[in-house]
Amino acid sequence: MENMTLVDCEKTSKVKVIKLTAKTDLKQRLISFGIMKDAEIEVLEHALAKSTIEVKVGKMRIALRAEEAKLIEVEAI
Amino acid sequence: MNDVLGKTCPVIANHIKIALVGQPNVGKSMLINSISNAHLHVGNFSGVTVDKTEVLFDYKDYHFSVVDLPGTYAFTDYTIEERVTHEYLCAESYDLIINVVDSTNLAKNLQLTSELMSMNKNVVIALNMSDEADKEGIEIDASYMSELLGIPCVKVSAVTKMGIEELLEAVIAVKEKVVQSSKLIFSEAVEEEIAQIVWYLDKHKYGAKNSYRNVAINLLKNNKRTYQRIHDNPIWTELQPILIEASKHIELHHDSDDIKEAFAEEYASFNRGIVAEVIKQKKQEEKKTLTEKIDSILIHQLFGIPIFLFFMWSLFQLTFEIGSIPMDWIDGFFSWFGDIVGSTIGNDDIRSLIVDGIIAGVGAVVLFVPNIIILFIGIALLESTGYMSRVAFLLDGFFHKFGLHGQSFIPLVTGFGCSIPAYMSARILKNDRDRLLTLFIIGFMSCGARLPVYVLFAGAFFSPDMAGNILFAIYISGAMIGLVAAKILKLTAFKGADEPFVMEMPKYRLPSAKLVWHTVLTKTMMYLKKAGTFIAAASMLIWFLSNYPKNLVLTQEYQTKIEQTQNKSEKIILSNKFEEAKLEQSYLGTIGKFSEPIFEPLGFDWKMSVALQAGLAAKEVVVSTLGVLYAVGGDVDAKNSSLIDAISKNIPFASAISFIVVIMIYLPCLAASVVFTREAGGIKYFFYLLAFTSITAYVMAFIAYNVALFF
Repeated sequence: MENMTLVDCEKTSKVKVIKLTAKTDLKQRLISFGIMKDAEIEVLEHALAKSTIEVKVGKMRIALRAEEAKLIEVEAI
Repeated sequence: MNDVLGKTCPVIANHIKIALVGQPNVGKSMLINSISNAHLHVGNFSGVTVDKTEVLFDYKDYHFSVVDLPGTYAFTDYTIEERVTHEYLCAESYDLIINVVDSTNLAKNLQLTSELMSMNKNVVIALNMSDEADKEGIEIDASYMSELLGIPCVKVSAVTKMGIEELLEAVIAVKEKVVQSSKLIFSEAVEEEIAQIVWYLDKHKYGAKNSYRNVAINLLKNNKRTYQRIHDNPIWTELQPILIEASKHIELHHDSDDIKEAFAEEYASFNRGIVAEVIKQKKQEEKKTLTEKIDSILIHQLFGIPIFLFFMWSLFQLTFEIGSIPMDWIDGFFSWFGDIVGSTIGNDDIRSLIVDGIIAGVGAVVLFVPNIIILFIGIALLESTGYMSRVAFLLDGFFHKFGLHGQSFIPLVTGFGCSIPAYMSARILKNDRDRLLTLFIIGFMSCGARLPVYVLFAGAFFSPDMAGNILFAIYISGAMIGLVAAKILKLTAFKGADEPFVMEMPKYRLPSAKLVWHTVLTKTMMYLKKAGTFIAAASMLIWFLSNYPKNLVLTQEYQTKIEQTQNKSEKIILSNKFEEAKLEQSYLGTIGKFSEPIFEPLGFDWKMSVALQAGLAAKEVVVSTLGVLYAVGGDVDAKNSSLIDAISKNIPFASAISFIVVIMIYLPCLAASVVFTREAGGIKYFFYLLAFTSITAYVMAFIAYNVALFF
């Protein structure tokens, strides 16, 4: 089975990051936003057709595209 | 110590130069306004592409100069802003760094702080938004934090001005000290490797400005600058294998093949430790914060976009409704001013140059200042409340289909007002390719100056109750063509992988009146200064081209004719004919005649060709040129019914349609083109834009003309 990624998560679900599969630049960006291994993420909102999602990491709200969310492997907590 | 060390300001004994650094949205600009309350001097000096602001003020016996650097999440050089900040911190000379952090979100903010700590610079931490933290029940032990980090931490609030003096005192105290030693501690695995490299550097007495510990950390982090420096040193050959081994150990320890990721995790766990030590959360956090409640409405899957469209519609209504009120006054003022100045000048040519050329041209630009101010206030409000990021979130899905970025919408919307601020606001786009693409599209959003042309033609060819809809259709179709053009450009010229869209959604805040006022004032002054100077020059050129060469024979011929007739209306007709004849033999007329064959397939006569070319200087000039050319006297505006009559009589319907299409698409005015060239980063982009818009305009107009011929 493929690993679950952030894009698969339902609204209001809480998950933990296992691995970032993004390329260097994007990975650095995600890390500087606090999205790194072991970080806890809460999914807040989906835009139409799930093209963009809003998540909460710590106290920070972050918007990202589905394409980017696919590169964040997570597990349920 | 009066030698010129810094290029920007002379370094004197008690001068303290501060670099203000922090993550975006932590209130840096607010803080700088609070510190230098008097606004002694705020100067803009442009960096590579993004402006840094320097503020000078005095406190006690010290001269302070604070450089407000663009917000940066980390030293990753991901965006232009981050590059500017990183470059500045590494290369420029300054005394110390004030690191502004958001007290309500310390853990995230410390990420940048820990990177600053390995830079071997003196740092003072400003724990900003302390008042908000109090309200949220977050208590920070600042003195314990200072002790743990080895850096003075001062609680401040830019809003209530709390702790500003303490901050300045801390800065002065740090300035008198030698370099602080950072207390950044890593995990055992990393500390071991650092210790080994430090031992090695020490053994070989490697000469460095930075401490060995920091050199070691930078080497482990793959810092390019440190590598370049040490690479030429003979110890490199021995050091390299040690480094490779050390990196392997650290990566193994972190179960990652990316050393930077490993270090980010190191910083994060250090920061977690600090936060756990110094923060006491008194109140339990509410389940849903106010921001989340507002967000659940404003970025609602279904209602989000309609709400946004309503806001935009209101903004445009305000822009045009309120903006039009002072327009008459400004118009009146400039014609009055022109008359006053004109009456003091004896020489006809000089008077004409100053009154008809410069004053009229500059007046046309100033005329749009009320609209621009309202639009800027609206945009500043959208920005400072945090709503802008929500809109980017809502629109990204739609824009992405056309190859644009969610954040492109801000410059595009601004483009409906004026292209100049639109080009400048494209800087918010992080990625160069996205930014260039947006810059190329902005011109398709019809700016305010094109409105008079549309009003004129819609009035001439459609009934008054239809004209409004036609106007709306023109704006919408311009935007649609823009989106399609974006898609085409994305598939051809700006091919490449899509840029990631990862963006912070800041907390909603009530906008500060002072900050909004400040932003609007600076932007408006910039518009006045930049556009004013270019427009003045362009107006002089057009004036010259339409007035020279003088033809004395023609003048005399008409003057005698006019004197001979008694009939008043006859006199007006004659003097209009005289104007037309004069224009036909002027340089401008020659150009029009010369370029006529090019525009013939679009259905234009030489007069329309000239008006179009005059519009290259400024779109406002199109109407006044048409007025002069269709011989109804120089003083015309869009409401002048005789011009509308002249247009509907002299111009065929199909030609009018293709004329509107060209106006919609072709090159923006001279001032905007100059700003475009500067923002795009080179003259070659101007030629790309020229070719792109000209070809598109020509092809679209040709199609429109031939289709319209059937009606």
